[in-house]
Amino acid sequence: MSELRELYQEVILDHNKNPRNFKKLDLHSHHANGHNPLCGDKLELFLDVVEGIITDISFVGSGCAISTSSASLMTQFLKGKSIEETRHYFDNFHDLVTGKELDDEALEGLGKLAVFAGVQEFPARVKCASLSWHTLINALDSVDEPAATE
Amino acid sequence: MFDVNKVRSDFPILGTTVYGKPLVYADNAASTQKPQQVIDSITELYSNHYANIHRGVHHLSQKSTALYEAARETVKNFINARQVEEIVFVRGTTEGVNLVASSYLEPRLEPGDEILISEMEHHSNIIPWQLTAERTGAFLKIIPLLENGDLDLSALPDLINSKVKLVAVTHMSNSLGTINDVSRIIEQAHAFDIPVLIDGAQSIAHMPIDVQKLDCDFFVFSGHKIYGPTGIGALYAKENHLLNMEPYQGGGDMILNVSFEKTEYNDIPYKFEAGTPNIEGTIGMAAALKYVSELGIEAIDEYEQELLAYAAKQFSQIEGLKIIGTAPKKGSIISFVLDGIHPHDVGTIMDMEGVAVRTGHHCTQPVMDCYNIPATTRVSLSFYNTVDEVDQIAKAITKVKELMG
Ligand SMILES: Cc1ncc(COP(=O)(O)O)c(C=O)c1O
Repeated sequence: MSELRELYQEVILDHNKNPRNFKKLDLHSHHANGHNPLCGDKLELFLDVVEGIITDISFVGSGCAISTSSASLMTQFLKGKSIEETRHYFDNFHDLVTGKELDDEALEGLGKLAVFAGVQEFPARVKCASLSWHTLINALDSVDEPAATE
Repeated sequence: MFDVNKVRSDFPILGTTVYGKPLVYADNAASTQKPQQVIDSITELYSNHYANIHRGVHHLSQKSTALYEAARETVKNFINARQVEEIVFVRGTTEGVNLVASSYLEPRLEPGDEILISEMEHHSNIIPWQLTAERTGAFLKIIPLLENGDLDLSALPDLINSKVKLVAVTHMSNSLGTINDVSRIIEQAHAFDIPVLIDGAQSIAHMPIDVQKLDCDFFVFSGHKIYGPTGIGALYAKENHLLNMEPYQGGGDMILNVSFEKTEYNDIPYKFEAGTPNIEGTIGMAAALKYVSELGIEAIDEYEQELLAYAAKQFSQIEGLKIIGTAPKKGSIISFVLDGIHPHDVGTIMDMEGVAVRTGHHCTQPVMDCYNIPATTRVSLSFYNTVDEVDQIAKAITKVKELMG
């Protein structure tokens, strides 16, 4: 059961039950849909970017605990960050959940998102954790197609 | 009495552990495990009898050919077809449906014609018809689903008319467990001379199949869902349909005479079996059918129904659990949702308890849409599952609830 506790940490359960920034943004500069056809997870992401800074970010949708909490924590984490930093965090987050070696600085940089390290023990769940991040990149690249998790 | 412990000892994988816990395999609707008899049949073929079939005069080729054709006889007997010529070996249910769509239906469709399917079909009994419809200007019509997971057969008189060129329905739903009254559908379709294809992917392993009594025109199933290998299945088609169907794929074995001007096709069923087939799969599938026959499909059915009733009772006692699909006639499948907990999380946690279940839409997205849910967790039981295992599954579900709070 210890791997399961690692996966379903309190923070994750809390954000699953009470997702933060869970709403549509009427005013937004970027927007994308994400879909994981394997489990039916769907999310819609909204960003307001002003002069390269994410001033507001939100999401709606339905998914498992891992994907919902990941989207929720991501929106909290990214508010106020620059687009440039954001792409860098995407890479680090991806390395974290796929079990690649991260140096201390990178790990610290991810702050609360480090709770998703437990996902690396569950390869079938990596896509759940990364769906919101893939959707984010699509929104920033303004791709109108739903993000795939491949 | 059905001796489940003796049966279990035929399946080597059932003795293994997952994360240190004894495996509870409850994903049988996706694919079934293999008894030693099936494993041995393939080893025996490769060790002693293997060569290409229908081609060599040498000893081994004749031996392989005999085994391959004996497998056709086994399939014929298992589903009580009139003759072996009515059995075409295919890769599985999916290929069987595609074959009928391409070789039977498509040449007969005119713009405005209709193909009648149901709301509970597996994607493999939807998409081939959709593709055919798109190419010909025909339309799909849908037999609707009722709240309890039964098809609304009272809609049939409105749906069946002379524009319908084929009816294709599943015998047993892989996501709801519902066993459909296909005889009634077949009767009403035949009143308008409309042929009917039955998707037997699920039913084949759970109930006696008699294609003559059903009077269906086509019946398809996959070997891997009835304790045989993957990559092999069978299409049954009435002889007069096969005789009037276009070839499916071109290649070796499906021809009698080839010149660049004209090719003469082989007799049925070979006309539909182009290329070197899945010889070991065919022989393994025959071994599986023999295994099931020896246990007795009626005895299997009876045991599984008891197990299903027990599981439904145990699961219903879990607070917040809702069973999706409660038709009066069901095979041993229980799909459910848990209040506030996504099936994907349920699946991961149950897996850590050694319980293999399937989560997701089970290739039946229209069913999920109908119930307005993204997915379910599906427990699908086989004759090798036990009452103890059902208790362990129920315990694992309780654990999910504890952990997810
Ligand atoms: C009802 C039903 N039809 C068709 C199929 C497709 O079978 P296969 O993937 O073996 O071709 C399945 C298997 O999942 C099924 O359950």
